[in-house]
Amino acid sequence: MSARSARRHTFAGTTAIAGIGATEFSKDSGRSELRLATEAVAAALDDAGLTAADVDGMVTFSADTNPEIEVARTLGIGDLTFFSRIHYGGGAACATVHQAAMAVATGVADVVVCYRAFNERSGHRFGTGVQGRPPVPNAENASFAWYAPEGLLTPASWVAMFAQRYLHATGATSEDFGRVAVADRAHAATNPRAWFYEKPITLEDHQASRWIVEPLHLLDCCQESDGGQALIVTSLERARDLAQAPAVINAAAQGAGAQQDMMTSYYRDDMTHLPEMGVVARQLWETSGLAPADIQGAILYDHFTPFVLYQLEELGFCQWGEAKEFVRDGNLLMGGLLPTNTHGGQLGEAYIHGTNGIAEGVRQVRTTAVNQISGLEHIVVTAGTGVPTSGLILGVDR
Amino acid sequence: MSAAEPATEVDDEKFLARLKAFEGRTVGAPTEGPDAVNQAMIRHWVEAMGDENPVYVDEQAARANGFPGIIAPPTMLQAWIMRGYKATAELAEARAEGRRAVGASPADDLMHVLDEGGFTSVVATNCEQEYRRSVVLGDRLSVSSSIESVSTEKQTGLGIGHFITTVLAFTDAAGEPVATMRFRILKFRPGTGKSTAALSGPPTAGSEEPRPLRPRPALTHDNAFFFDGARQQKLLVQRCASCGILRHPPRPACAVCRSFEWDTLEASGRGTVYSYVVVHHPQVAAFDYPLPVAVVELEEGTRLVADLVGIEPDAVEIGMPVVVTFVAVDDELTLPMFGPAPA
Repeated sequence: MSARSARRHTFAGTTAIAGIGATEFSKDSGRSELRLATEAVAAALDDAGLTAADVDGMVTFSADTNPEIEVARTLGIGDLTFFSRIHYGGGAACATVHQAAMAVATGVADVVVCYRAFNERSGHRFGTGVQGRPPVPNAENASFAWYAPEGLLTPASWVAMFAQRYLHATGATSEDFGRVAVADRAHAATNPRAWFYEKPITLEDHQASRWIVEPLHLLDCCQESDGGQALIVTSLERARDLAQAPAVINAAAQGAGAQQDMMTSYYRDDMTHLPEMGVVARQLWETSGLAPADIQGAILYDHFTPFVLYQLEELGFCQWGEAKEFVRDGNLLMGGLLPTNTHGGQLGEAYIHGTNGIAEGVRQVRTTAVNQISGLEHIVVTAGTGVPTSGLILGVDR
Repeated sequence: MSAAEPATEVDDEKFLARLKAFEGRTVGAPTEGPDAVNQAMIRHWVEAMGDENPVYVDEQAARANGFPGIIAPPTMLQAWIMRGYKATAELAEARAEGRRAVGASPADDLMHVLDEGGFTSVVATNCEQEYRRSVVLGDRLSVSSSIESVSTEKQTGLGIGHFITTVLAFTDAAGEPVATMRFRILKFRPGTGKSTAALSGPPTAGSEEPRPLRPRPALTHDNAFFFDGARQQKLLVQRCASCGILRHPPRPACAVCRSFEWDTLEASGRGTVYSYVVVHHPQVAAFDYPLPVAVVELEEGTRLVADLVGIEPDAVEIGMPVVVTFVAVDDELTLPMFGPAPA
C-alpha cells in the first residue's frame, strides 16, 4: 500500500444513505424471511420518501436467503441495472453500502437498496454450529477440515482462540472484554427497540455468566435475533432533495488481509491483530481525509466482545495493546472519548449481521438517536470481524 | 489408541507406584463358591443365552459327546464363584462412601485407589479362559485370584485410564486345578474419551444410541494426504518441492515461489500450545465436554488446530510443550491430538 499514491474513491463524499427501515427485532418473528426483507425495504423507502419505482439497484449478503429478484417482485420494483451479493457473513454489512455507493458514483444505478433479513433465532441459528455439513470436496468446505473434526464448530469457538492469545499477549483480562458488554447493555437499556431495553448488566454479571467457550463467557457473545434492516443509497445531490437529512458516505471500504481465513486465521505470524480491518482502516482514513481525532462515535461490530478491542487498535483509536486501558477509562460509554454502539450493539439491540449498526450510524448523523452523541460530525461503522470485512465513515452534510 | 502416553499430572509417578504395588498380590484366601455346580443354574443360563447344545442338559447327549456327564457351559465359569448381589451391593456402597467394606480384598482396595485418582468409570475389556477339564454337575469350585498387572496410563477411545489384569485360579473339592481365567478391566476417567463410535457397544452406561460421528473433513486432492498420514500415525506437513517452505493448512501451490510441486515432511510431533480454548457450549453428541482445543505450533514452524488429551482443561497454558498422539475417533477418521510432553 505504501508504494501507491494517495487513494481516491469517487463515491466518497458524493453519495449518501438517504433512508433506513427495519422490522422489529425479536426472537421469533412469526413470518417469513422474505416478508421481513420486504417490510424492511418498504420502511426504508418510506423513510427516504421514495417509491419502489425509484429503485434500480439492490445489494445483499451472499448469506441472505432472499434473492434480489424475490424482494423486487414482492415490492413491485421494476427494472434493475445493478444487483450484487457480498460474501463472508457479517463482513458484508458495510460492503453492501460500499457496493451501492460505487454503483451510484459510476452511474450504474441511481437508487440502490441494501438489505439483510433473517430468522436467525427462530430459524437457522449460527450458534448451533456446523454439524451435518456435507463434505462436498471443494475449497470452502475443505477449510472446515482444519477445525470442525476437532470440535471448533461455532463462531464463538473460532473467536475464542484469538481472544486467548490476545489476553496472553496484551495483559488484557476477561473483565476488559466485559467492559464492552457492559457499555453495550448500558446503551441498550435506554433504547426501546433493543431486546435488552431496561436490562443493563454489571461487570459482576459478566464475570458470573457461564462459559460458552473459554475464555468467552455467555455475556461476551451477541444475541441471536430475527429481523430485517434496509438502507437506501443514492447520490448526495439527490439525497438532499429527499425526506431526511443525508448521511454522507465520507468513506467506505472492504478489506481482506494476507493469509486470510474465513474466521480461523490462526496461521499468520500473529493472532493479536486483524489485518483485514487494518486494510479497511487505511482506506477509510486515506479516502476521507479524516483521522481518528475527527470521529465522535463508533459502531464497532460486536458479535463477540474481544474483537471490539482489536478494532479500537486497528482503527487507530489507541495503540496496539492499549485498548484495555481505553475501555477501563469508560471511553465506550456516553460521555467517553468514543461512545460506541450507542444503540446497544448486537449484544444489546439485536444481531442483524451488522446492518442495524449502520442504521444507528445514520441516526447519529441525523441527530435522532436515542443515545445521541452531542456535536457529532463523523461516525465510524464496521462490519464482521475475523472475516474479510468492511467499514464506513458517515458524516453530517456540510 | 495412542502412540505416546501423555502423563496427566506432575505426581503421576507417585500415583503409578501406588498402583504398581498391587501387582502380584493375592486377593485373599481361596474362596469356595456358594453352590455346587447344579442343573438349575445351568438351565437358567442356557435359556437366557439361547444355547441349545444338549450337553448342558441331557445326560445321554453329554456322554455321547465324550463327556463323563452333563457339563457346565465353559463361559459360565465365573458364575460359580460370584459372591452374590448382597455382598456386591455392600462393596459398591462402601466404595461410594469412600470406606473400606468388611470383606474387602486388595482388588477392592485397588479400585478405591483408582477412584481417588479420578478413574471412576469401569469397563471389562477382555476375558481369557483355559480349562484343564470340563466342569461337571456336583463339582464344588473354589477360586483364588491375584492381580497380575496394572498398566501405565493409557489414552483409549473410552477415556484415559489404567488396565488391570486379574488371574483367577479355579480348583475342585480335591484342590486340583480345573481352569484359570484372565480378566481385564479398564478403569478410566469419565469424559476423557476420544471416540466411542468405533467401539462395539454403547458409549456410556445407559445410552443405547450409537454415537454420531464427528464432522467429516471434506477431502480434496490438496488435503487428503494429511488424513491418510494420520491413519498411519504420521503427522505430515505439506512442503514445497521447489523452495522447501512448509505450509499448513495445505494448498495446491506455494504462495512464495508459485510451484505446484510438493511433498510432505513427517513432523517430529513436538510443539507448543500457541493458543487454546475450552469448549463448553453447545454440546454436540460427537464430542466430550469440556473440550480443550489448541492451536499448536510445531517445532518445524507450522501451526495446526488439534484437540488436547491427557490434560485437565484448567492446566492448559500458552507455551506449554506438547507431543502428538494419534486417536482413531471412528473407523474412518484418525486425528492427531496433543498431550503434555514428558518432562
